[in-house]
Amino acid sequence: MTKPLRLLAASALVLAAGLAPAWAQRTDVTVAMQLEPPHLDPTGGAAGAIDSVLYSNVFEGLTRFTESGEIVPGLAESWEISEDGLTYTFRLREDVTFHDGTAMDASDVKFTLDRARAEDSTNAQKQLFASIESVEVVDPRTVQVKLAQQDGMFLFNMAWGDAVIVAPESIGEIKSQPIGTGPFRFVEWVQGDRIEIARYEDYWGEAPALAEATFKFISDPTAAFSAMMAEDIDAFMAFPAPENLPQFEADPRFQVLIGSTEGETILSTNNAQPPLDDRRVRKAIAHAIDRQAIIDGAMFGYGTPIGTHFAPHNPAYVDLTEMSAHDPERARQLLADAGYADGFTTTLKLPPPSYARRGGEIVAAQLRAVGIETEITNLEWAQWLEEVFTNKNYGLTIVSHTEPMDIGIYARPDYYFQYDNPEFQALMEELNRTTDPDTRTEMLQQAQRIIAEDYVNGYLFQLAMTSVAKSGLRGLWANAPTQAVDLTGVYWED
Amino acid sequence: MLRYTLKRMASLAVSLAVASLVIFLVVEVAPGDPAAFMLGINAQPETVAALRAELGLDVPKWQRYLDWVGGMLTGDFGTSYTYRTPVADMIADRLQVSLPLALYALALSTLLAFPAGIYAAARRGKAGDLAVMGATQLGVAVPNFWFAMMLVLLFSINLGWFSAGGFPGWEEGLWAGMKALTLPAIALALPQAAILARVMRSSLIDILGEDFMRTARAKGLTRRQALWRHGVRNALIPVLTIIGLQFAFLLAGAIIIEQVFYLPGLGRLIFQSISARDLIVVESVVMLLVFAVIVVNFLVDLAYAAVDPRLRSRT
Repeated sequence: MTKPLRLLAASALVLAAGLAPAWAQRTDVTVAMQLEPPHLDPTGGAAGAIDSVLYSNVFEGLTRFTESGEIVPGLAESWEISEDGLTYTFRLREDVTFHDGTAMDASDVKFTLDRARAEDSTNAQKQLFASIESVEVVDPRTVQVKLAQQDGMFLFNMAWGDAVIVAPESIGEIKSQPIGTGPFRFVEWVQGDRIEIARYEDYWGEAPALAEATFKFISDPTAAFSAMMAEDIDAFMAFPAPENLPQFEADPRFQVLIGSTEGETILSTNNAQPPLDDRRVRKAIAHAIDRQAIIDGAMFGYGTPIGTHFAPHNPAYVDLTEMSAHDPERARQLLADAGYADGFTTTLKLPPPSYARRGGEIVAAQLRAVGIETEITNLEWAQWLEEVFTNKNYGLTIVSHTEPMDIGIYARPDYYFQYDNPEFQALMEELNRTTDPDTRTEMLQQAQRIIAEDYVNGYLFQLAMTSVAKSGLRGLWANAPTQAVDLTGVYWED
Repeated sequence: MLRYTLKRMASLAVSLAVASLVIFLVVEVAPGDPAAFMLGINAQPETVAALRAELGLDVPKWQRYLDWVGGMLTGDFGTSYTYRTPVADMIADRLQVSLPLALYALALSTLLAFPAGIYAAARRGKAGDLAVMGATQLGVAVPNFWFAMMLVLLFSINLGWFSAGGFPGWEEGLWAGMKALTLPAIALALPQAAILARVMRSSLIDILGEDFMRTARAKGLTRRQALWRHGVRNALIPVLTIIGLQFAFLLAGAIIIEQVFYLPGLGRLIFQSISARDLIVVESVVMLLVFAVIVVNFLVDLAYAAVDPRLRSRT
């Protein structure tokens, strides 16, 4: 910038600052994300963007996640679990109202749970409610949930965005006019551009520091960079261009937040398709892969290597990365043992995210080094869902499984991995019935070992969450225990 | 003139009918299911089936085609699968951005191109002409998204005069809306202006060589008078064709510029709907664009007749 321009810019800044009283703390924030929610009903769709905007801001569940992934009371202030573990009695908080002014009581909880588990339910995580047998209203502040079998995950499940409490009065319009019980109420959605929320004055809990918040949707990585640099936005959650992060780190106007997500990024393998149905072949693939090279090359160093399908920040995690250490010699030997000394050819179908497209090229090169040729096809999500996920027409693919605690998908033989191990399925069933924390941890660790030993998939890395924010912004979640941009604790510092 | 108009309208109706069928087939043939997309990778098959039934996707395709066409004839564009709002409302919202943007860019491009083209033609072969032609060559060659990023770098990041993108909405005032559309309009207009200036120049040069121009000079008009009175008007026909095509392109083709400036326009709506397999939105928006292109061409045809009386008498 030339000197006169600099002066001009500076005076413009002074002018702009002069318009707002200098002593007042900012109470608004503009947060950008890449994807726009398709609609605003967390209980009726899988799109993570829905939860990002609404979870714990507009909607709350009986329990909720904290930033570290712990489960704490939400709309239920306490609960009792019967001796046999089959009856949960929730005590609801007092004076909770929906944003339309109606009271939130036990009948709303019953409505929510019954709707989610109904025959014609379109809840994307219907399995969360599978163990519920009946829901009874005891009195307006007490609700009793009876389970068909013990469910060690029940309180965890109730914290998901798909289990937030909704009201029968407002359910009809929820997709465009969401009405919840959270500290912020929905104001406006300009489709394609932004969603605005504002502080709800009659909130039952502690009032948030922010009075207004705007979510902006910027899908193009270059545009994301420009918007942040021009300070049009205050924060960008899950910034899409990791190559630009060093530039933000070096700039005193910004801070870079690095956290973990629930996204296990894996080289999913079709366990029913020869030659991938041979454990030795899958093991060879695992040893052919150099995880750190993928993290460095595709993710610019952000990501934690994993050796099984489990989040490393979870206390029950076991580090099994050694079982699939990078060892091309060993991989070639295993292929020879399996009868593929000359290698073979398979498909590698890649969805759009950069971890898959960039990671896929690196994986392909690593596999080629041990004699496995891959035919790479790039797919859009809708195609991927149909070809790979539904029709299971693939050999290998790379995808990040972002649902929390989702090791249970390995117990579904019809899932797209087509992994069918009765021992694992029995273990998961037993786990679901177990409520004792120590026993559960042991079982989870055993589960991690089984799928690591079977080399079901190539376990690559835990997806990192890298966000950029202005340096004065405090209280944003760096981690993503669920896809949420919880603004309740966000404030501006001088 | 009436027969000419009627004939054009009949061909317009046939084009629309064929277009609707082609659009429907192409969109429906593409793999992917909106319900599966909405429910993600943890959903169970029966949940997807329940959603398909709720969205009305379980009826035969031919019936959905007839419902769609029938609906459009009565002004009902259907309801979006993902957004669950009427498609007509969504299109109306997006047109508030796309239509002004297209008109703004078209106005800029015309304002730039006319003087440049006329000037170059009048100075044919001289330094002025070479300079203008060099500039238009560059304008045609530079990709508009790159140019857009350069504009953002200079005017938003370095100078801070404009936002890097976004659209505040017309309720914030005419000035705020126009300001938000200025950089995108410039980025869109520049390559269009370059093309238009070249067409204007060559068309005018052709006209300048015509006999009637010599006659005009012979009856005593100065070069300049002859150029303006007889030259420019006759050179307009090919220019109008290009303007018509450009308008249609600007309305639908701004998709990359809309991405760069994250504007909530029609292009982004189509892009999002395709990736979410929101079939009904894709079909209706594309149909609307086809309609717009056909109508614009129709108007251009009528405009030919207005500038060239020979076309009127001949048909």
